[in-house]
Amino acid sequence: MEVAKIENVTRTYTIGKVETQALRGVSLSIESGEFTALVGPSGSGKTTLLQLIGCLDQPTSGRVTINGKDVTQLNRNQRADMRRGTIGFIFQFFALIPTLTAYENVEMPLLLNGDGAAQRRERVMQLLESVGLADRARHRPDQLSGGEQQRVAIARALATKPVLILADEPTANLDTPNGKQVMETMTRLNQETGVTFVFATHDPRVIQYARRIVTLQDGLIIENSGAFTAGSEV
Amino acid sequence: MIQLFKMALRDLGRNRRRSFFSALALGIGLALLLLIAAVIAGEMRGSMETAIRLQSGHLQVRAKSYDENKTSLAWEDLIENPGQVAAQIAALEPVQAATPRLFATGIVATGDETSGARIVGVDTASEANAPYRDGLVSGEFLKADDREGILIGQPLANKRGLSAGDTVNLMVNTSNGDVDEQPFVIRGIYSTRTPGIDEVTVLMPLAKAQAFAQAGDHASTIFILLKDRDQASAVVDALQTSQYQVLTFEQMNDLLVQTEALAGGYMVVIYLIVLAITATVIVNTLIMAVFERTREIGILAAIGMKGRRIMAMFFAESSLLAVGGIAIGLVLGGLMVVYASTVGFYIGDFGVNTTMALGDTIYAYLTPGDAVTLTALAFVVTLLAALYPALLAARMEPVEALRGGQ
Repeated sequence: MEVAKIENVTRTYTIGKVETQALRGVSLSIESGEFTALVGPSGSGKTTLLQLIGCLDQPTSGRVTINGKDVTQLNRNQRADMRRGTIGFIFQFFALIPTLTAYENVEMPLLLNGDGAAQRRERVMQLLESVGLADRARHRPDQLSGGEQQRVAIARALATKPVLILADEPTANLDTPNGKQVMETMTRLNQETGVTFVFATHDPRVIQYARRIVTLQDGLIIENSGAFTAGSEV
Repeated sequence: MIQLFKMALRDLGRNRRRSFFSALALGIGLALLLLIAAVIAGEMRGSMETAIRLQSGHLQVRAKSYDENKTSLAWEDLIENPGQVAAQIAALEPVQAATPRLFATGIVATGDETSGARIVGVDTASEANAPYRDGLVSGEFLKADDREGILIGQPLANKRGLSAGDTVNLMVNTSNGDVDEQPFVIRGIYSTRTPGIDEVTVLMPLAKAQAFAQAGDHASTIFILLKDRDQASAVVDALQTSQYQVLTFEQMNDLLVQTEALAGGYMVVIYLIVLAITATVIVNTLIMAVFERTREIGILAAIGMKGRRIMAMFFAESSLLAVGGIAIGLVLGGLMVVYASTVGFYIGDFGVNTTMALGDTIYAYLTPGDAVTLTALAFVVTLLAALYPALLAARMEPVEALRGGQ
């Protein structure tokens, strides 16, 4: 089943009088259950592509379809609904709310979803256990290591059981052991839950976890490692 | 909702000093407004009470043709057999005191100096004279059969260097248009702490005033005090006759009523100025919070928080600031009002040259209505102050917000 479909998408940023083409006509199809890496040098368009798939931004032209719905036609609130229910995000920086505990950070999407208290409690503890942080539930981000913060972010991304999780350089700010732990957590959750992961990286140690590699350069896909096959080995 | 306020409280706690000073600004603003409102209300209330006690009473019964401004002594403009009329009125249940008074204009002369006087003939036994009797600073109060004695106010005594026992010449315009002059002995000097009135008011027994002004057995008015001023209209209805006019304290103090209405209008402008300044502080605090938390706003938007909920977050913060500020304001304002209502502000003889019954001290009086209105106004203005920062946050594009924080 196709989770995301990008058709001839362009994205041009205008800063002052200077126009920068971040994407120059990209087409890509992401199937359910994929564990796909978007690779390429800085400025190649990886983050822009993730933002368009994640309904955080709108393409200049082209069409983005998520879970069968053309998101380029959605208004601001509908895109927010799409992000809340269908897509999870993991950012390069440890994107947790600093005033909330690990528990409360994971709970936030469920609160926005209108889930009941008992349902939320069960789901949050289940997710924190799945990323190995149940005992750190009451800690705030500044009391957690970088790796732990990123694992909380993974738990939060999974909270509303989205079909697609987008991760932008998820290990960029982590040391090797923590980066490895984060990637192993993502891999395990992909295999256990079947949720689709698409992550941008240029770290070779991270790329090795991907089962599909899409390479971008100067706003174009220059290499696509091939169609995704469920259960294929790295 | 609880989570929203929990987050708001923690967000305010990130920069406790800034949040405290923002709430303090609101608190000081509210405290000042409470004090101003209490001082104005206290002054208006005090002036009205003074005017009622010393000048108008709660009600006055006068002859239909009597014109207060002319202080007419023509018999047809006066009340005949005033003692009998007053006794009938005093028998009414809501009436505390009803007493005849005769007003005449005259001049007080001491040596080469003269000054205008309002001569008031009073029934010396009436409890309506309490402000003068209780306000005696020297000498003694008048007796009904005293044919030579007068009371003068302390400002006049001080101005002329007069003491109890001294003699002054008093000239009066009589009912037939002549001027009569007699020496009088100052029996006592009083102070009602209303310099503007005390300086010109000379009291003498009613019988002597009637004789001196050739008014026969007549009085200018029946001065009535009620047990409860709210009963004024009911008593007016009971007293209506074709022979007399009955005036309420509001009709007789229309200048004061108009001044109060005018002061109310000015107060609204002052409220808005003070609250606008306070609101600026709140706006500034919240705008700084928006810019400091741009990336977090982006994160919340990324995980699906809609604009209206982001706005609600900032409204929650401003409402918590409002609660804190109002608490500070009520404590500060309460202390200031308690001080101003017990000790008061001494204004001396500021009231001498006014026609209003201004006392020498202003005592604050905070009405529950003013307290509730100002508190609610402070809360609403603080919430409104959050509107712009909240809109600023809600309208951020998630991608821009995420980028902005990096």
